Amino acid sequence: MREISKHPVLSFERGKRIKFLFEGSPVTAYQGETVAMALYRNGIDVFSESPKLHRPRGMFCAIGKCSSCMMRVNGVPNVRTCILPVREGMTVERQKGLGEKPSKAVKYPPPVIREEKVAIVGSGPAGLSAAITLAENGVAPLIIEQNPRLGGQLIKQTHKFFGSERENAGKRGIDIASEMIESVKKAGVEFYLNSTAFGFYEGKTLGVFAENKLLKIRSKYFIFATGAAEKMIPFEGNDLPGVFGAGAAQTMMNVYGIKPGENVLMVGAGNVGLIVSYQMLQAGINVKAVIEAAPKIGGYFVHAAKIRRFGVPIYTSTTIKKAIGERRVEKAVIVSLNKKFEEIPGTEKALDVDTICLATGLIPSVSLLAQSGVRMKYVSALGGYVPLRNKYLRTSLPNVYVAGDITGIEEASTAILEGEIAAYSILSDMGKDVEKELSDAISELSELRSGPFGAKIVFGMKEVQYE
Amino acid sequence: MNEKNVIICRCEDVTLRDVIDAIRSGITDMESLKRKLQFGTGPCQGKTCIPLVEKVLARELGKKIGESGKITSRPPESPVPFGIFESSGEEK
Repeated sequence: MREISKHPVLSFERGKRIKFLFEGSPVTAYQGETVAMALYRNGIDVFSESPKLHRPRGMFCAIGKCSSCMMRVNGVPNVRTCILPVREGMTVERQKGLGEKPSKAVKYPPPVIREEKVAIVGSGPAGLSAAITLAENGVAPLIIEQNPRLGGQLIKQTHKFFGSERENAGKRGIDIASEMIESVKKAGVEFYLNSTAFGFYEGKTLGVFAENKLLKIRSKYFIFATGAAEKMIPFEGNDLPGVFGAGAAQTMMNVYGIKPGENVLMVGAGNVGLIVSYQMLQAGINVKAVIEAAPKIGGYFVHAAKIRRFGVPIYTSTTIKKAIGERRVEKAVIVSLNKKFEEIPGTEKALDVDTICLATGLIPSVSLLAQSGVRMKYVSALGGYVPLRNKYLRTSLPNVYVAGDITGIEEASTAILEGEIAAYSILSDMGKDVEKELSDAISELSELRSGPFGAKIVFGMKEVQYE
Repeated sequence: MNEKNVIICRCEDVTLRDVIDAIRSGITDMESLKRKLQFGTGPCQGKTCIPLVEKVLARELGKKIGESGKITSRPPESPVPFGIFESSGEEK
């Protein structure tokens, strides 16, 4: 029902059909998809009931960050179903509130300790490029990834990348991801999928839940490439199923071939909002409107032009006031804003949409770093709290490095370069002769940021970069 | 806006009204607000709610984000089964 049948860019290779139980009834899924995706494909929107107000809840971020998709799986509560691969015969139930303890005692294997040279948390463009660079220079890192696939958010970027001088310009993100994943596998880099890093102790030990047990990773160096999480905004009914992060909608469509809805309101006209709107049109979804609270469109003109050609209106100085619906979004109320970003009474308009996508910004995922006391600063231009670091991407802890969106919200091309820089910095610290490669990568990055859209980032970086 | 219909923390069902009421009752730093309202203490450990509360608090007090303290991040940062900590013995 919610499957994308025809797509101009993607062809979906669906795994063999398997069955699992949802609330006691069999549900058909494809091998290789997650529980949340299988349920959503089958028309199930409500995954849980909230603890105190008993509101229906569904998934929001679809990449294991927000935890809105938690359900009871095989008798265990609080399982994030958006990153859990389906298995034949598993039982899935809606969770009520905070969840009751497991129906029977679960025995876990004993913890395992691993001693590593370099551990990389996250396998998006930053993590992969760091891994490739290290492996090419004779250092084998270990990658920890909480999603079922390598590649982070690059695996859903179907649009072609800009940047005239970059070698990746003109390529689609999905193709860059495939190449990088192939390189990592070819180099024999070891990685854990479906593995959640949950604690970072004294800058030395990473606690990970992997392969159904506790993994303690003691490493000489760490690279945190944990990316970012989608921002929620406050409006009435903002937790109603059918309200998704724009990135979640992109994951559904471009990774799993699922339509997030039939009629969509996109909130935010930055590049993410514009690009995802276009990708929705490609998937055969009706985008009713794109709204933007600022008085002008934030993203590139070409992206806006593409969706306007389809007749999609873009309303600036407009925000979402309310999501209406019983068990899922049935309507959205939007409202005009004055120059002070205050609502103008009487300008409310109801739209018949079943889905509201929020492309209202991203927040760097820094909380693991904070546990070990890495120094942070709040920099609005970079998306939130970000770690202080030098130009070699070393944090206030000398063995801990950062790369990608965790350093501030940017894009895949800068994340790839940051991954290289972090890796070369570590190699250099290990005594390898990579000074030229390191300084080349640093100058390439500053060149990439020299355009008008890099100005905000460069401005923000001044707040957190030390010598 | 019906602030009771705006959810700030999904894990603990904290609404915008709860946050504003707590701030107006005199609780004006992030840590005390967290203790009062329990946002950020659920399975997701504040990935959605903390940035929202920071914004509301800054707006209510006319301050900048970061000037009213910060929530301490503690393990487990994401939901993991507690049974893994209970298993005895360590293997290499």
